[in-house]
This record gives sequence, C-alpha cells and structure tokens, in this order.
Amino acid sequence: MSTDVTVMESKYQELKKRASEKAAVLQEKPYVMVGTATCGRAAGALKILDVFKEEVQKHQVEAEVMEVGCLGHCYAEPMVIVYKPGFPALCYGNVDEGIASRLVSDFLVGDDPCFEFAMAALEPNDFFPTFADYPRGVYEQKIVLEACGLIDPEEIDHYIARDGYSALVRALAAEPGAVVDEIKDSRLRGRGGAGFPTGKKWEICRNADAGEKYVICNADEGDPGAFMDRALLESNPHQLIEGLIIAAYAVGASQGYIYVRAEYPLAIDRLRTALQQARDNGLLGDNILGSGFSFDIRIFQGSGAFVCGEETALIASIEGKPGIPSHRPPFPAVSGLRGKPTLIDNVKTLSYVPHIMRNGAEWFKGIGTPESPGTAVFALAGKVVGTGLVEVPMGTSLRTLIYDVGNGIKDDKGFKAVQIGGPSGGCLPESALDLTIDFDSLQHAGAMMGSGGLVVLDEDDCMVEIARFFLEFTQNESCGKCTFCRLGTKQMLEILTDITKGQGKPEDLELLWELAEDIKAGSLCGLGKTAPNPVLSTLRFFRDEYEVHIHEGRCPARKCKDLISYRIVPQKCSKLCDACIASCPVEAVFTRPDMLKEIDLEKCVKCDNCLVTCLPLYDAVEKVSPPITVAVEGGSASE
Amino acid sequence: MSNNNGNNNGNNGNNEKMVTITIDDKQFMVPEGKRLLWAALENGVYIPHLCALEEEEKPSAGCRLCFVEIEGFLNPVTSCTQPVKEGMIVRTRSKRIDRMVKNGFELLLSNHRLNCGKCAANGSCELQKIARERGLKLRVSRMRKLENDAPIDDSPENFSYDPAKCVLCGRCVWVDHNMAKVGAIGMVRRGMSRRVATFGETALAESNCTQCGECVRACPVGALAVKE
Repeated sequence: MSTDVTVMESKYQELKKRASEKAAVLQEKPYVMVGTATCGRAAGALKILDVFKEEVQKHQVEAEVMEVGCLGHCYAEPMVIVYKPGFPALCYGNVDEGIASRLVSDFLVGDDPCFEFAMAALEPNDFFPTFADYPRGVYEQKIVLEACGLIDPEEIDHYIARDGYSALVRALAAEPGAVVDEIKDSRLRGRGGAGFPTGKKWEICRNADAGEKYVICNADEGDPGAFMDRALLESNPHQLIEGLIIAAYAVGASQGYIYVRAEYPLAIDRLRTALQQARDNGLLGDNILGSGFSFDIRIFQGSGAFVCGEETALIASIEGKPGIPSHRPPFPAVSGLRGKPTLIDNVKTLSYVPHIMRNGAEWFKGIGTPESPGTAVFALAGKVVGTGLVEVPMGTSLRTLIYDVGNGIKDDKGFKAVQIGGPSGGCLPESALDLTIDFDSLQHAGAMMGSGGLVVLDEDDCMVEIARFFLEFTQNESCGKCTFCRLGTKQMLEILTDITKGQGKPEDLELLWELAEDIKAGSLCGLGKTAPNPVLSTLRFFRDEYEVHIHEGRCPARKCKDLISYRIVPQKCSKLCDACIASCPVEAVFTRPDMLKEIDLEKCVKCDNCLVTCLPLYDAVEKVSPPITVAVEGGSASE
Repeated sequence: MSNNNGNNNGNNGNNEKMVTITIDDKQFMVPEGKRLLWAALENGVYIPHLCALEEEEKPSAGCRLCFVEIEGFLNPVTSCTQPVKEGMIVRTRSKRIDRMVKNGFELLLSNHRLNCGKCAANGSCELQKIARERGLKLRVSRMRKLENDAPIDDSPENFSYDPAKCVLCGRCVWVDHNMAKVGAIGMVRRGMSRRVATFGETALAESNCTQCGECVRACPVGALAVKE
C-alpha cells in the first residue's frame, strides 16, 4: 500500500495546489455570491443574479458573479455575499433589485459598503458584526452546513480549497476495516430519523460475505416542511459524494446510487455536475487517485412516493418494482439491492463522514451528548421569527433553539407546541421546552428526531387540526400494502375529521388511542409504525382540546372552520370604512341601516379576508367559537 | 424484533433438523427454520392469517393478522415471517395479541362489502373462520364503514372479481405469477385506492388472463368467486 499512498498524496496535493491558487486569485478582486438554492430562487434570487450581472457589466466593474447554495437564513432570502478587497466579505439579506444595483454602484464602484442593508460580515473586523455576534451564531455550531452558501457547488475547486477530498485520501490510505472502526468509534448515528448507529451498519455490511455490494445515499426527503437534505445537495454536493465514496471503500462496494426525489431538479443538476467533476479529477471512477479502488455513483430519481424513503421500498424502486416496503429482516445491509448487501445512509449522515475522517472520532464525540454525538440540523419553520436551516450541537434545549436561535415566536403570540420530526414525529407542549434534544430524549418524550423538521405552533393553532393535517399526509402516502396502515390511518383520519367538524363522539377518543397504538405496533414499515405519533402526542399533551371539540363543539384556537363564526364587533366598527365589504368574495358583509357592518352568516364562507383586512384598521372582526347559530327566519344572527 | 440478527431469511429449505418449540404451553417438534405460522397450523394450532402462502419465499406480511408473542421479543411478531428456533416460546393469545387481531380484523371488515348470505364464499370464507375462531363479529360496530364502490368485474366466463370484498392479501397475484405463470393481474395504485387489476385496468376478459381459475382457488374470501 505504501507506494499507493504516496501516489495518492501527490495526486491530491496537485489538486489542492490548483484549488488553493484559484482561491487566492478569487480574493484579489471583488466578487458577488448569490444564494440560488431552491429557497433563494423561490424568493427571487435568479432575478437578483441577473441584476448583479447586468450592473457589473454596465459599470464595467471587474467582479465575478457566482451562484452559491443556502446559508440557512430563509427569513432573509434572497441573500448575497459581496466582497471587495480591503473590506470584509459582507452578507446582505432580503435583497431586492434596488439594493442589488446599489451594491454594485455604491460598494463595488464607490467605497460605501451599504451597511444599512448588511446582515453580517463573514469574518471578524472593525466595522460590522459577524454572524457569531448574534444569538443564533452563538448557539449554532456548523459542521455539515459550514461551507453551505459560501462555496460554488458547481466548482469542485471551491470544495477542495477547503480541504475537500482530503478525508478520502486519508480513508484510502487506511484499511477499510479501520475506516469502519473510526466511524464506529465516533458513535455517529443515522440522521435519517431513527438514529441507528452508522458504524454498526457499516460493519454488518462490511462483514456480509458477498462479491458485490452497493451503497445508496437516501436523498428522498419528503417530510412536509423539511428541506435539510435539499439544501445540502444544492449547496455542497461534493461533501456528500466524498462521504459516499468513503462509505463504499469501507464496506467494499463498487457501485453507488444517490436516490433523489425528482421534485428536486436543481439538486439533481448540481449533483450531476459534481459527479462529473469528481470523475474528471480522478476522485470517482476507476482506480480512484491511483489507489486501486474503483467506484462510481449513479443518480436515481424517485418519482414521488413518500414511502420510497423507507429503505426496502427504495430498493424495490431502484430494482424497477413498485415502491412498496417489504418485511425486515433480512435487512438491506445483509440482503438489499438485487439481493446483495447494501448500505443505505441518509444525506446528512454521509455528509458528516468526511469531517469525522478528517478530524477524528474523538473530535466528533467532543460535540453533542455522549449517546448522540455531533450536531443536529433542523429546518425551523412555523410561527418562529428566524425561520431557516440551523445546525446546533445535540443536547441543545428546545427553548434555546426556538427563542435564541429562532428568535422567538412571531407577532409576540403565545407558544403552544413544537412539532418535531414531521409526520412521524410528535407535538411537545411548553412543559417540554427545557428538554435537551437528542435521539433518545425526543423519542422518550413522544416525538422523534425524524429528518429534522421543526414546526413551531402558537396559540392560534388547533392541535386536533395539526394532528389531522399530518395524519392526512401519511394516510395519503400509505402504499396500501398492510392493513393497519392502509385502513387504520384512514379510520383515524375519519375520526379526526369528524372531531374538527364538531361531529366527534365521546367514545372516539378511546378508539383513536387504541387504533394509534395498534397501528404503531402492527404496521409493516416505518411509515405506518410512526404515522400515529402526531395523534398520540397531541392526545397525550392536549387531550383537553380534543374534549372541548367533542363535548362543547368549540375550537379553542378558533381554527376549525365548522366550529367558528365571524362577527363584527359594533363598538369597534367604523361607519366610514368599507374595507371589509370590498374584501369579501361572496358579498356576505353588508352595511346595516345604522351604517355599521354586519356579516350574513348564511353567505359567509369563513375565508378570513375581512378579519385580515380590518385587523390593522379597526380590529373589529372577530372569530367566535362555538359558532353563532343562524335563526331560520329573517337571516338575522343571534348568539 | 430487537434481538433478531437478520441472518435468517425465512427460507426453510431442505433442513431436516428438528427443533422443539412451545406454543401456548404445548411442546411441538418442528423442522428448524420453518416459518412459525405453518409450523403451528400443521400442528393444529390456529393462527389467523389471510395473505400467507407457504410456497412464497418472501412472505408479503401484509394482512397483519398472524401476530404472536415470542419470549425475548419486545413487540408482537408476524408468525408468517418468523422462522422457528430451538426453544422458542410462543403465545398465540394474549390481551395484546387479541386486541391487535380484533382491531386488524375490524379494519378489514370496515372496508368489506358484507353480504355473506349471497356470497359464493359463504362457509369457506377465511374472514368467517377468523371470526369463529376468535369470537369476533363480522358486523363493524365501533369503526366507520369505509364504502368501496368499485364496480364488479364479471367479464370472465366462470368467475368474477368484486374489489369491494377484496382484502388485498395478494394471493391471487402470487399464484397468477408463480403457479399459473400468466401475469394477467397485479396490484395497482396506492393507499386506499390499491386494488388488484390487469395491465391498463381493463376487464379481465380483455386482458391476457387465461381464466385458468388458479386465482379464484387462492382467494381467501369471496372477492374472486366462481359464478353461480
């Protein structure tokens, strides 16, 4: 092996030298980085990119305009980074066309960095705070997200300049068994949700006796509100590719797949480019870096079934069969794709691998909790101010995550619950806010790490409706193979729908609980086994809300349409304003003889328009629950 | 299933070695590696089941009715997928198992067109057998009735297919593919819309179905039934 090692080293050093030189050249003149991951594009980043290109040309500034991935600050998209020699690189959020053109004319042409639009500087300086100076920066610790948004995902040299692929060299220089040991020793756990020890899985697959083996990266991210994998694929695909190559070397696979859902076209594009670049640089394909190890990766596009994130269904899908789970054991690590031992790891799990190989298992274990080392990546969403992608050490409390990292609840509303883990997860109440997050604590509390979706709910959210929403999702995505999942989730959904319509029966809650428990214990695959979690957790922590719906026909959060009415408070209504009338799509709001406004409840479709319109003006429209019953004669309303 | 190392793929193969297992306090000698459901049935111990076929190498394990408790396992186990091992201690009845079977059964019935009096399978129906063995009611009481109004396909000469009676066990599809080797039918669609259908969801008579009748014999209920 020793000659191979020196060959590999020198080949890598060549790549590194080229990348470092490029990086140094980049710092010599101004550049603009526009975050054009899907999240940025949704906020108009491509338009901003065009504006920068046009303005730079118009002003004849010699500046490079690049596309980068996602920095994780969703609330501030589109985001750009502008660098000019002599200034720290500065990050600007909520950039519109005006700001973009001013950044060129004032900053790149003039010398005014437009601090009024800046969010943070990327490195410490005397002018402007960095991200680390904000509470979010204090609690965040980025490993897999570190380079996201700071490098061009379609430029392999950006990755190599940051020591990218050096972990691969280190791995290839060691025995495959030693690589497995390193990952085992790091106690890395699968980030796909269940938290199974990654090293153990690698070991089982490595020890499986077979000539041919496969490795698969599961990038079939499908939870509503979860976009961690997408951001990683779009922002730093080489990190994942490096991790996958190391995994393949460790278990002895020669063919790999990245199973990406087809709904992520940008991720697929960027992955394709990255794979080709890796091949062109001798990092993928035959005889990688002269090590004698050959391995290649194919992209497989999933076609829209959520259940294909389940590993046996995923394998069936690659084999060309319907994406339907099958019984385990045998586990894929023993008998997977085409009956061969197959290692399946999530995008995040594999993205940690290069870091662990580079910095060692001890370093990794120094972060997070003893049982769940490392960091957790969450997609913060819902009623939280600082929505976005965050990475915090395991063991961070929910309170810190929501109030410090996420900057608290929107509009100063009261916190009600936090939904963790998407449709497989659960809702935790205020009393759980001081819970420190790791795989085991969440499971114990009735939620689940899941893939890392974290939705904050406030006083305006109805917990029955939330449970119904998530169950409707899993019920829709059930493959229908097994009885409990196909029919059980449907029964539960019917019950929940009845409750949100005020048609629930007192005995429904017992049946709901019983079904939830049996579906959990009796379903064939992970989808069914976790589908009842949103119902179980809300029943456990918010049972009173269910009971009020059933016994009083009232929705405490005034969210369930069938259990509310709209009314205009005469004392607050202005005789001179017609805003509510104009906003009503069905002409339900009318002017009374005394010029005050009233709602015809028979016509009202409860669209919320009048309330939203009046809120900043007079705040005269309110929702009441239980609903006002309409008198049959005359159409006038009484309570 | 926590202590299952995943090494057994459930294939009973040609292994002649016999092992002793205990089912409901009675001891039985059974071939090692044989799947528990068949070991029990052969020895006269009834375990409810719909989807299992002994010849099937990889059990589909879809009906979720053959649950048993095995000592050393945290959760109930489907006996159709579980190979027997020396010293295995099994319970086919317990509070937990009985409730799961009852609820699983009631779920199937909530989506089943119940018309036993006029059903060709009356008397030979596996659903009736499960109800009899476990003292369960065929008429759904607690759960909502989930109507299935898919039309009956009576295009074949001698038999018909009623999707509203189908329990989606998949036995017909398996025999069609592996015994008759025709491949006329398969499972289509997902979730509540899942059903047995021909390619393109045409009528059976318009497909490559040879009307050999294997599927009718495999049907545990009256979904695929011989015409009167």
